[in-house]
Amino acid sequence: MPPIELYNEMYTGDRKVRSHYAAFADWLRETSPERIAQNRHAADLLFHRVGITFAVYGEASGTERLIPFDIVPHVIPGQDWDVLSRGLTQRVTALNRFLHDVYHGQEILRDGVIPYDQVTNNAQFRREMIGVDVPGGVYAHVAGVDIVKNADGQYYVLEDNLRTPSGVSYMLENRKMMMRLFPELFAQQTIRPVDHYPDLLLETLKEISALGTPDPTIVVLTPGHFNSAYFEHAFLAQQMGVELVEGQDLFVQNNTVFMRTTQGPQRVDVIYRRIDDDFLDPRAFRPDSMLGVPGLLDAYRAGRVTLANAIGTGVADDKSMYPFVPDMIRYYLHEEPILNNVPTYVLHKASDLEYVLENLAELVVKEAQGSGGYGMLVGPTATRDERERYRQRIIDAPERFIAQPTLRLSVVPTFCGTELAERHIDLRPYVLTGSHTRFVPGGLTRVALREGSLVVNSSQGGGVKDTWVVD
Amino acid sequence: MLSRVASNLYWMSRYVERAENTARVLDVTWRMSLLVKEPRLQDQEWYAPLSITGTLFPFAGRHNEVCAREVLHFMALDPENPSSIYACARQARENARAVRGSITSEMWEVLNSTWLELQQMDEDKMLMRGISSFFEWVKDRSHLFRGVTFGTMRRDDAYHFARLGTHLERADNTARILDVKYHVLLPSVKEVGGAVDYYQWSAVLRSVSAFEAYRKVYRDVVTPIKLAELLILRDDLPRSMHFCVKQAFDTLNYIKNDQSQETLRKAGLLLASLQYGKISDIFAAGLHEYLTGFLKSTLEVSNGVQKSFFAPMLQE
Repeated sequence: MPPIELYNEMYTGDRKVRSHYAAFADWLRETSPERIAQNRHAADLLFHRVGITFAVYGEASGTERLIPFDIVPHVIPGQDWDVLSRGLTQRVTALNRFLHDVYHGQEILRDGVIPYDQVTNNAQFRREMIGVDVPGGVYAHVAGVDIVKNADGQYYVLEDNLRTPSGVSYMLENRKMMMRLFPELFAQQTIRPVDHYPDLLLETLKEISALGTPDPTIVVLTPGHFNSAYFEHAFLAQQMGVELVEGQDLFVQNNTVFMRTTQGPQRVDVIYRRIDDDFLDPRAFRPDSMLGVPGLLDAYRAGRVTLANAIGTGVADDKSMYPFVPDMIRYYLHEEPILNNVPTYVLHKASDLEYVLENLAELVVKEAQGSGGYGMLVGPTATRDERERYRQRIIDAPERFIAQPTLRLSVVPTFCGTELAERHIDLRPYVLTGSHTRFVPGGLTRVALREGSLVVNSSQGGGVKDTWVVD
Repeated sequence: MLSRVASNLYWMSRYVERAENTARVLDVTWRMSLLVKEPRLQDQEWYAPLSITGTLFPFAGRHNEVCAREVLHFMALDPENPSSIYACARQARENARAVRGSITSEMWEVLNSTWLELQQMDEDKMLMRGISSFFEWVKDRSHLFRGVTFGTMRRDDAYHFARLGTHLERADNTARILDVKYHVLLPSVKEVGGAVDYYQWSAVLRSVSAFEAYRKVYRDVVTPIKLAELLILRDDLPRSMHFCVKQAFDTLNYIKNDQSQETLRKAGLLLASLQYGKISDIFAAGLHEYLTGFLKSTLEVSNGVQKSFFAPMLQE
């Protein structure tokens, strides 16, 4: 692989500190290695004590690990963020319009912008949702849009997460940690705050109550403490001051959802659910689900309760739908997309398939339905053997895959042992949509801790950094 | 609060209390068995802990003889016996784990470390450490948990449900301890106040930490009637039936909801019988019959709690 200049977020090509990193670079230069080591150690201890852990699938049950945290922040200039936030609003608005459309008139399909079978053959398309009106026509109330910066210095959207995107608790805890460790850096410059995210989430959830009650009862629905993101579910419920419930805590009677409390059944208006569609209602979806609430779908369809996110959002964030998002923006909003899409090859197209099989060594290939960084092929870093095995999987079922050119994700200096090294990052901002769009500036920065790795998922050896939007 | 959370808190406390009481019963049995010289009679003593916990049948199904070693293992460390100290500690921790957000971290740490330490325990280590010191340890962990609960937890519904579990379990346990020993408490036609009887009675008192209280209250030798009066009717002794029912009644009054009137009424009825009861009447009607009736009433209150708080139904 030819050495291509990577985009370093902190330094320019000739090793000058970029101006938005100036304050941190000064600190780094002036601080003794002992103090830095002390700070990193303090961060580890604090995270352990607070118990911010995640469970890892595929390891012995109940394995809890600490997510590695790096003290070098990902700093974003304020003007960059302002463009990003406009682009995110545009993108999530179009995605919500698309979801409303495919479950109602399907005009975008009838106008031939997106092929019918892309939607109707999609496993994530929920026929149960056809004709169902959801409050405000909003489906994806909480969206996590993964963004990267390429070697060309441009931002690209990697994927849209419109089902139950996680990680926001790390964003909040990372910031709390940095403010404890580097109070002086927060005093010296304006770093836009993020700690009001739970308030924005609560406001959003209140707005989408089906009945427009001024003080709706809101709950967070979790699969339970064995789930990898349980810490986050408990954290968000606690921060918003609402109940954290499991499926067994809710029941449906006369199309109304109640929670079982010691003061008797209490009506529930809005459910921020962190359970996948398939497990929500054993009567409607997977009958073996122990996590769901029998009758929930009927109550939802009758407009007696609001689910955030709505059922059936997966049809819009599927990797096979991703290439069409710029077209959605043009179609619904009559605007040009502000954020770039990564050029994507859809392998059920014969010409794309041929190209991809010939250029496997340069491409990233992903399963259209996959998530968490499992089951993807990073052509340039894979061995010949791995590529050949993957080639066979593609040939067996090309429609299950998409391919993209390998992006040269930007890097941020990151502590590896006691030394700083360049590691690839991505950024997941969280976009909230109720009666309007809300954000906190920045999002969760994930970092691939293995040298050269492009996979940032925490389940695959990724770590996290605080994200600073500075003015 | 959520019914599931309330239920977890209630059972967390019940299991801690149950583990402590099992330790108390085993400890007193162990001490008493040392007084009996004849081996056959020695083993007789070991029926008591099994009858108290209602585990005679499951025990008999897996063991051939009732003897110290077998019963100790079964009641203390057997994971398969749901009443064992081991199983109670596990249940207490599991219930706490499910509601970590509703208890203080100190409470969680006590239950978690108790469980971790207990997992390292086996029969040899227990015997090496000394049987009594093992039971002391169990009691200490329970004391610590109660103290931490008292000292760190906000006085909200979560606290009340945890306390309700403690007192209902303890009322039940004290009645069971008395019931198993009722035969030694009955006025005997033979010589009364023999040495063995005295040790039996004082052992019962010690098993509920009431020996000193007895001396203070009665300033007299231990007699069965006064002993029973103390453990049943005394209103200021933390392990007496009256005291526990009073606490449970007050808690129920505090957390009451639309569906709990009947449970509150039953608890109130039981409390009134203890408030205005006379020990001579109880003995006249039969101590065993009285205790059986009491256990039935506390069970009804427990079932009422289950129904009205943990499985609320919509009233049509």
